[in-house]
Amino acid sequence: MIPILSVQKLSKTYEGGFTALSEVSLDLKKGEILALLGPNGAGKTTLISVVCGLVSPSSGTAVVGGHDIVADYRAARRMIGLVPQEVALEPFEKVHNTVRFSRGLFGKPRNDARIEEILRQLSLWDKRDEPVRALSGGMKRRVLIAKALSHDPQILFLDEPTAGVDVELRKDMWAIVRTLQEDGVTIVLTTHYIEEAEAMADRVGVINKGQILLVEEKDSLMERMGQKELRIKLAEPVTDLPKSVAAYGVRVEGDGSRLIYSYDAHDAPPRIAPLLSDLQREGLELIDVQTRQSSLEEIFVDLVKEPAA
Amino acid sequence: MNWQAIRAIYVYEMSRTFRTLMQSIVSPVISTSLYFVVFGSAIGSRIESVEGVSYGAFIVPGLIMLTVMTQAISNASFGIYFPKFIGTIFELLSSPISFIEIVIGYVGAAATKSLMIGLIILLTASFFVDVRILHPVAMIAFLVLTCISFSLLGFILGIWADNFEQLQFVPLLIVTPLVFLGGSFYAISMLPEIWQTVTLFNPVVYLISGFRWSFYGTADVGLVFSLGMITLFLLICLGIIWWIFKSGYRIKP
Repeated sequence: MIPILSVQKLSKTYEGGFTALSEVSLDLKKGEILALLGPNGAGKTTLISVVCGLVSPSSGTAVVGGHDIVADYRAARRMIGLVPQEVALEPFEKVHNTVRFSRGLFGKPRNDARIEEILRQLSLWDKRDEPVRALSGGMKRRVLIAKALSHDPQILFLDEPTAGVDVELRKDMWAIVRTLQEDGVTIVLTTHYIEEAEAMADRVGVINKGQILLVEEKDSLMERMGQKELRIKLAEPVTDLPKSVAAYGVRVEGDGSRLIYSYDAHDAPPRIAPLLSDLQREGLELIDVQTRQSSLEEIFVDLVKEPAA
Repeated sequence: MNWQAIRAIYVYEMSRTFRTLMQSIVSPVISTSLYFVVFGSAIGSRIESVEGVSYGAFIVPGLIMLTVMTQAISNASFGIYFPKFIGTIFELLSSPISFIEIVIGYVGAAATKSLMIGLIILLTASFFVDVRILHPVAMIAFLVLTCISFSLLGFILGIWADNFEQLQFVPLLIVTPLVFLGGSFYAISMLPEIWQTVTLFNPVVYLISGFRWSFYGTADVGLVFSLGMITLFLLICLGIIWWIFKSGYRIKP
């Protein structure tokens, strides 16, 4: 399938010599949600800014729907909607005016019915005549999304849309993003919240120090890189593990009544059944058994951590 | 050409003007009236006429120019500086519009607003003094050219400015003195000879002189020279704006 966005060897070095992006390559599939994860200063916002036209690339190319972002910027930008990280809105302007303005900027004729549809979808219709400054922080973020959607883009860039918003609003935002995906919009989401990527994304890209470390299906990433743990609670604490059990690399936690067995999810087959048999054979009574998979957060921390000196 | 975008910027900017309609109209009317009270009545009563025109009427073109120039600069500089300041400039930069279209939208709106104010001052002045316009087409042409040129200058200023102080700096400390010393309230011939020569280095002299000619048929410097100067000024501003957008100066890293 032809990617809706294709970034090839994109680099950006600022005047002071700081390299924010270094030969980044990335393809985006139509209709997917890609979550870009990375620590502060990793290059997430710079990547989005270059693709959207806010920052000039130093080298490399980005093609949106077959249109180069520099040579054919008009056609490329018509396909893109951008929700920036900062809540940047003119405070004195009314909600519907500011959304209508955005639609005009993209060369679309005035269409009040479409604006109404967008405002209703984002629960902003009742606020349409309010000046932006009268809105709550969450509502302002919705206005930013409404502005970005006003020209019916095919790709929507959401740069940390839930930074600093409360849990309820974050969940609301997730619901909005899902609805947009159902409507066929391709979404690139940058976030600090791994939980967000875990909940929303089809694919996850990890970026650090201006380089893409990986782009992978979220589920396969978690399966491939995820560590699993078998946590066993014993009826009676043990002081020394029997040799047959210790051979599995099992460690004892707490007062000796909890045993932890870590294994790679892609180790096949995991030696769980023999371990449980051995425990029984040694006369250790089990009262609870749980398994736990490491979260995307742990995978992410592992990927971007500095190698030991 | 993305005409929808130009229209969107123009309408958006004009709606800002109409949102502050009282401030936009009342303020120049009051200040013009004050100028007439102070210069026209108090000082003018001691000066019979300048170049055959009553002093009160003589200062009308200069007064219009003073306000139009400062308003054009303020409106255009604020128009583009404000999105930079609050961060909404991202929307312009990520839209499918060329820099020419951005300039037409912002400068067009600023020039329209200053033109409106210029005409309001002319109307106000007509209540105080007998204003004659010998060459109305030339008058409108000079006024429109000045509105556009100084709006372009304001746009450059708005792109350059990093804070509100810098935004105020040029209109207050450069343009206002140049207009005051550019023959708004006197004929150049009334100055000592050495100052007449110095004054000729003030570009505003040529604008006011040409504009006054369109009213009363008298000018400090030749009409063609005046037109040439304002055209040159316009071209210089356009050149600077072309360079700003080509280089991304202070708007696009």
